Amino acid sequence: MELSSEDNNLTEKVLPPIEQESDVELETKVKKYLRGEGADLETLKDKKLKTQLASREKLYGKSAKTAAKIEKWLLPAEAGYLETDGLEKTWRVKQTDIANEVDLLSSRNQYDIVLPDFGPYKLDFTASGRHMIAGGRKGHLALVDMMSMNLIKEIQVKETVRDVAFLHNEQFFAAAQKKYAYIYGRDGTELHCLKERGAVARLRFLKNHFLLASVNKSGQLHYQDVTYGGMVASIRTGKGRTDVMEVNPYNGVVALGHTGGTVTMWKPTSQAPLVQMQCHPGPVSSVAFHPNGHLMATSGKERKLKIWDLRKFEEIQTIHGFHAKTLSFSQKGLLAAGTGSFVQILGDSSGGSSSHNYSRYMNHSMVKGYQIEKLMFRPYEDVIGIGHSMGWSSILIPGSGEPNFDSWVANPFETSKQRREKEVHLLLDKLPPETIMLDPSKIGAMKPSRRKEKPSRGEIEAEKEVAIEAAKSTELKKKTKGRNKPSKRTKKKKEMVENAKRTFPEQGHNNTASKKRRIGEDAAAELPASLKRFARKN
Amino acid sequence: MKIKTLSRSVDEYTRERSQDLQRVFHNFDPSLRPMEKAVEYKRALTAAKLEKIFARPFVGAMDGHRDGVSCMAKNPNYLKGIFSASMDGDIRLWDISSRRTVCQFPGHQGAVRGLTVSTDGNVLVSCGTDCTVRLWKVPRPTLEDSSVSSENFIEPAAEYVWKNAFWAVDHQFEGDLFATAGAQLEIWNHNRASPVQSFQWGTDSVISVRFNPGEPDILATSASDRSITIYDLRMSSAARRIIMMTKTNSIAWNPMEPMNLTAANEDGSCYSFDGRKMDEAKCVHKDHVSAVMDIDFSPTGREFVTGSYDRSVRIFPYNGGHSREIYHTKRMQRVFCVKYSCDATYVLSGSDDTNLRLWKAKASEQLGVILPREQKKHEYNEAVKNRYKHLPEVKRIVRHRHLPKPIYKALGIIRTVNDSKRRKEDRRRAHSAPGTIVTKPLRQRRIIKEVE
Repeated sequence: MELSSEDNNLTEKVLPPIEQESDVELETKVKKYLRGEGADLETLKDKKLKTQLASREKLYGKSAKTAAKIEKWLLPAEAGYLETDGLEKTWRVKQTDIANEVDLLSSRNQYDIVLPDFGPYKLDFTASGRHMIAGGRKGHLALVDMMSMNLIKEIQVKETVRDVAFLHNEQFFAAAQKKYAYIYGRDGTELHCLKERGAVARLRFLKNHFLLASVNKSGQLHYQDVTYGGMVASIRTGKGRTDVMEVNPYNGVVALGHTGGTVTMWKPTSQAPLVQMQCHPGPVSSVAFHPNGHLMATSGKERKLKIWDLRKFEEIQTIHGFHAKTLSFSQKGLLAAGTGSFVQILGDSSGGSSSHNYSRYMNHSMVKGYQIEKLMFRPYEDVIGIGHSMGWSSILIPGSGEPNFDSWVANPFETSKQRREKEVHLLLDKLPPETIMLDPSKIGAMKPSRRKEKPSRGEIEAEKEVAIEAAKSTELKKKTKGRNKPSKRTKKKKEMVENAKRTFPEQGHNNTASKKRRIGEDAAAELPASLKRFARKN
Repeated sequence: MKIKTLSRSVDEYTRERSQDLQRVFHNFDPSLRPMEKAVEYKRALTAAKLEKIFARPFVGAMDGHRDGVSCMAKNPNYLKGIFSASMDGDIRLWDISSRRTVCQFPGHQGAVRGLTVSTDGNVLVSCGTDCTVRLWKVPRPTLEDSSVSSENFIEPAAEYVWKNAFWAVDHQFEGDLFATAGAQLEIWNHNRASPVQSFQWGTDSVISVRFNPGEPDILATSASDRSITIYDLRMSSAARRIIMMTKTNSIAWNPMEPMNLTAANEDGSCYSFDGRKMDEAKCVHKDHVSAVMDIDFSPTGREFVTGSYDRSVRIFPYNGGHSREIYHTKRMQRVFCVKYSCDATYVLSGSDDTNLRLWKAKASEQLGVILPREQKKHEYNEAVKNRYKHLPEVKRIVRHRHLPKPIYKALGIIRTVNDSKRRKEDRRRAHSAPGTIVTKPLRQRRIIKEVE
């Protein structure tokens, strides 16, 4: 019996090494699913509520653990990678080398499509990565199914096209043309002409809110709800013309990069920017956001690339050497920067989420020196799409795409029935534009109830001014029969303003009280030491 | 050099034949879902609004009695039937699905005050102000009965005359005994013409009686001297007894927690007690404006329904202080009896306007066969609404109920009265030595004392 108990003790203490490792991995996964810290229940006084919340927190913990555990069974695919052995460096690996190593299906994703007549191309992908719209500067619009490399529709609008963007699915896309922006259907029919915006420089679509955001040649920002066509906001930024605009996918905030080196962030419900950051000494040439919303990459014309942490608005890293005309983050956090005809991919070499260290991962030079116009990673694939002056290309970047898609979020293998259902669900879940804020997790949270603080002096002054303005702007009834004398009218108005002022007490009392105290203190300092005990104590 | 890129073969991700189900893949990673909290909040708001759109609780009324309905009884073995008795002695068995009378039990000369069915469903016991207790044989329900429109008239199996008018009757669970409440509490057997046992305390009449579903020998009664007494049949006297400030009209035991009972009081509140410790109420349920006439628990034990003199029927959670639902109609006058159906889906109310009304327990519930996907959607809507129901926009929609004007005004008056009482109390306490003024919690305040 003694022996058996010893055996039991041994089995309890020693775990096989594989189990131990997976515990650590499990912890990180559980943290991901927990979505932040638990609530602090110690501050609650209501016992019933406390017990209810405590049991809920336990349930959250359990569900996060279950989600972490089933990950290894539920997720069918694993991420791509590029590992070099010994002295070989990853950025010396060429696309031709990759093509040799990789299967046929992936090598089909490496190509250059040359269309020399129609100018530099801009491109956009749908959320599932299946369809692409390419817009050439000289008016060529092409809608392509990437999986079958099938050209669905191409049209020639015979006008300058500055930018293209998909709406919520591949059925609709918007093109920023010479004078106005237009919305086209899937078969190339022009559905809408958006005249209010003027000559648009950049177009972006906010998916959760169904808002089409654009910045035009005079620097005005427009938000339009595409479900009913109403213009939600037109904001005059006051910072002049810019064509650098990006949307932060995490919180729906639009960032504009200006020629003074500032990056401003906007939301549709306010006329003033949310944040203004001085990023570069010279003009900002492009901005990109990491999908998790915490990182922003900006590049300026002074040949520096800076990585910013958006939680603290601090610079994390600066990379010298090249000025990127276009930047793009992939789903897995790789950063692509394009200058001239050179694409550089930067990868995060540190594993943890708290520290970021972007270093060279891969390079690519465009064939025959075609000048790069736009870079965009294709969602859910290890592919980056390059729009350049002679058409578009695509190259393989192992490890850039998310290997496992969720059918309810974005399904590259959608049937038409699924697409229609998804459209209806998206519309039902459409968020109002007021939900765009810097920290979206504040929605649904309760503010801690504070005791009523006395409003500060500035606030009282502001309220007073508002009340006086209101009193001044009230219209007096026009009296007839000789009672409408101007002297009486002015007297009446003065009376109303006096009444409005009277509701706000005098602000002078505090000063006199503090003055008295100061005198007392000064007096105490002046008194000789023997008389100090007679000084008035406060 | 090791290179791997993502390549998905179409076969793995799509279905083979058109008869197969579509393949669905899940990845619960939160980073794939930006703004998930805002989307959830929007869904909660939509769910709250949809619930209000589909809230149609009134199913139908059963018309037939010629005087106000005084009491009802439900047969635990037969879901579709309900017995009801009126103030002119008319007892009927109704078929709820067709809302028709199946058969009548004529015989009582005055108002029928109590109605109960034995647990096996064979015997119906009724008692009334004509000092008689009648036993009836309940007809077996057959397919013909529900379709035949003609009504049967059943003769009583037994009729026992006694010395005083009766106020209530209840049948023992899994037993042969039933108890009547009148001048005293009397225990009868089916076969005997006079009571087997009788309990008395003081000179006041016993108003209501209820047997405990868990312990067949324990029963609770309420008397017109404002007391609630718990008796054990195996002992010769009362087990527990408390005296309250106002009299209790009806009592119900919680079927899932048989030691807890809830008493419907004349002052408009219901008091939930633990039967073992009666000196303090466990919970006070306050929402009615006038006297609560009857109370019945749901078979789940999580809710109970009350009918009150203020012309409304309310559904309360078993541990919550306020009602979650109120039902009222212009035509429904004073509600004298309520019953929760045995499948926890419907609520029946019998009122002074001679009608029995059938309501849904959950006002926006979809009746009939629900597909599993629909069921999942309903559950999701319920869960997401409950998650955000404390936030002001959602709370306003979820809480909103239309109240009849008299009840609305009376609630306003009660609120003002309570506010002013509390203010006065606070001022008294502020101006007296700390510790001299002690307020008892409401759970204890309404109980005067526990006797024995």
